[in-house]
Amino acid sequence: MSRIDDTFARLSETGGKAFVAYMMGCDPDFDTSLQIMRGLPGAGVDIIELGMPFTDPMADGATIQAAGQRALAAGGSVSRVLDMVRAFRRDDDATPIVLMGYYNPIYARQGGVDRFITEAVEAGVDGLIVVDLPPEEDAELCLPAREAGLNFIRLATPTTDDRRLPAVVRNTSGFVYYVSVTGITGGPAANAAEVAPEVARIRAAAKLPVVVGFGISTPEAAQAVAGVADGCVVGSAIVKLIGEGRPVPEILSFVADLAQGAHSA
Amino acid sequence: MAEDLINSFMTGPDEQGRFGIFGGRFVSETLMPLILDLEAEYERAKDDASFWAEMDDLWKHYVGRPSPLYFAPRLTEELGGAKIYLKREELNHTGSHKINNVLGQILLARRMGKTRIIAETGAGQHGVATATVCARFGLKCIVYMGAHDVERQAPNVFRMRLLGAEVVPVTSGRGTLKDAMNDALRDWVTNVRDTFYCIGTVAGPHPYPAMVRDFQCIIGRETRRQLAEQEGEGRLPDSVVAAIGGGSNAMGLFHPFLDEPSVRIIGVEAGGKGVDERMQHCASLTGGRPGVLHGNRTYLLQDGEGQILEGHSISAGLDYPGIGPEHAWLKEQGRAEYVSVTDDEALAAFQTLCRLEGIIPALEPSHALAHVVKIAPDLPRDHIMVVNLSGRGDKDIFTVAKHLGVDIRT
Repeated sequence: MSRIDDTFARLSETGGKAFVAYMMGCDPDFDTSLQIMRGLPGAGVDIIELGMPFTDPMADGATIQAAGQRALAAGGSVSRVLDMVRAFRRDDDATPIVLMGYYNPIYARQGGVDRFITEAVEAGVDGLIVVDLPPEEDAELCLPAREAGLNFIRLATPTTDDRRLPAVVRNTSGFVYYVSVTGITGGPAANAAEVAPEVARIRAAAKLPVVVGFGISTPEAAQAVAGVADGCVVGSAIVKLIGEGRPVPEILSFVADLAQGAHSA
Repeated sequence: MAEDLINSFMTGPDEQGRFGIFGGRFVSETLMPLILDLEAEYERAKDDASFWAEMDDLWKHYVGRPSPLYFAPRLTEELGGAKIYLKREELNHTGSHKINNVLGQILLARRMGKTRIIAETGAGQHGVATATVCARFGLKCIVYMGAHDVERQAPNVFRMRLLGAEVVPVTSGRGTLKDAMNDALRDWVTNVRDTFYCIGTVAGPHPYPAMVRDFQCIIGRETRRQLAEQEGEGRLPDSVVAAIGGGSNAMGLFHPFLDEPSVRIIGVEAGGKGVDERMQHCASLTGGRPGVLHGNRTYLLQDGEGQILEGHSISAGLDYPGIGPEHAWLKEQGRAEYVSVTDDEALAAFQTLCRLEGIIPALEPSHALAHVVKIAPDLPRDHIMVVNLSGRGDKDIFTVAKHLGVDIRT
């Protein structure tokens, strides 16, 4: 049982929904980013999704692109994000942490995939979401990561038809992340009514919790979407406040509102 | 050489879209079904005689193929060594080799019922070719172009707009080809159902590297036939030389000769201000290492943390931190050699060709010519060298004038 499995098991006892918050690691700098991260569990976040900055984030909209640029300018990298996880784990051994990013900074970093997996496990990472690794490339990272006890969380999308779905969920564990819209992060609002049947379809195939992300930016939307799934993810709306340089308490207060929305579903 | 181990260099990619470890399908799940559909449609089209009949007709009557294989007498005389032929791809409609591939992809898009075409462009040659063919078939066309390139390739931007395309300047990153490709991918993932992404080079997720290569191989096949006509039945070139950004004009020339061991194959990368630790160049193979970007594994300019570096080249068309995966594989196999030349060497070769042959080359093939200028004098007079003159230089005269200290803007 991973921390992610424990979290969903705990939530399912009361029928509660998971609130997943995304933030870019090292944005706007290491210390501020760590301070925000440490405040997330207290604000009601069930699972932390921590972005690994990359120069070429092809699946991300302007908000998260800018966050990655800020993080890189402040010396951010996969190595520094792993440092953040280590620092976070000194005070919190319960909140699941999922690293999210792109394959090249894992693959081409000194030491490559093997070193990354060893360090991620040792740092206290629970799961990985790597946008540009479809099931066709499972041998690259998914299989060795699972072997090491990490959850490999796959994205399912509106274009994932019934033919592909079995392959998409095959080596997935922890939960399935349903991308509610075709497009990039920070895009148009997700429609709960359209999402509901997709969540049911994926849950049946995966036998795993299904969490919905992309296009959720308000407590009301978090409530609506979480209501038809096992949880929801908010990213760009939080990252936008960080980008505006808002004080950490203000950011955490917004996160708490979102969490309350999701939890009241 | 690896001839002992490999029967043919022409069989790739494998079913996973790999050339050795290079290539593959590193894209988000949203795009995967589309890429599989495209692969299936391409496989069907490849075996469909009517598809190739339409291509041949357009190549002949619309593009003006075959492009001449021209013996360059004064360049040969001046260098005093190898006998130099130029494959005149700059005489194609739209002024470069890019249209060879665009026609193929647009016919495929039509077969797939796609109504909206997107493309990325660096120098603007691929963008112009795409805008042109979209106008020809009445398709909506959106071209992503780095803001820096919009500025340095203004004539091509105007051409695309005249042809009815929407040109979107990309300000993310440093505003060059890499950033244009990122934004094109973002558009595609958003408009996946009606949109066809017409990639301009032998890169991207499988099947693009193989498909674009197959459409560009007309260059090498014609060269082979034309050289036999001019030099005698069975005569092959002793060397073939082409410039490489992503590598489509080079792959088009090289591929039909890969299994001819007597043919030396040379790709010329953009060395910018010199291939050294300052990274002011775009020579991915000579100055980079393997990584994953834009859907494929290949050689990339990057730092120790896997962050992509911004290269530099005087040529917008070569200003890209990666290279097609088949080139990466050919380099590792030792079948092709890859060298680089600097901005200054390319500028000198540009002027040399203008002066000696009355041909204004684009800055991209000027890199290939610069390497020819270096090696031809030491080769015997019976050594036949074919250089791919992949584009014409009209678009570059402002850039060249600026570097020569001449103000021609009014």
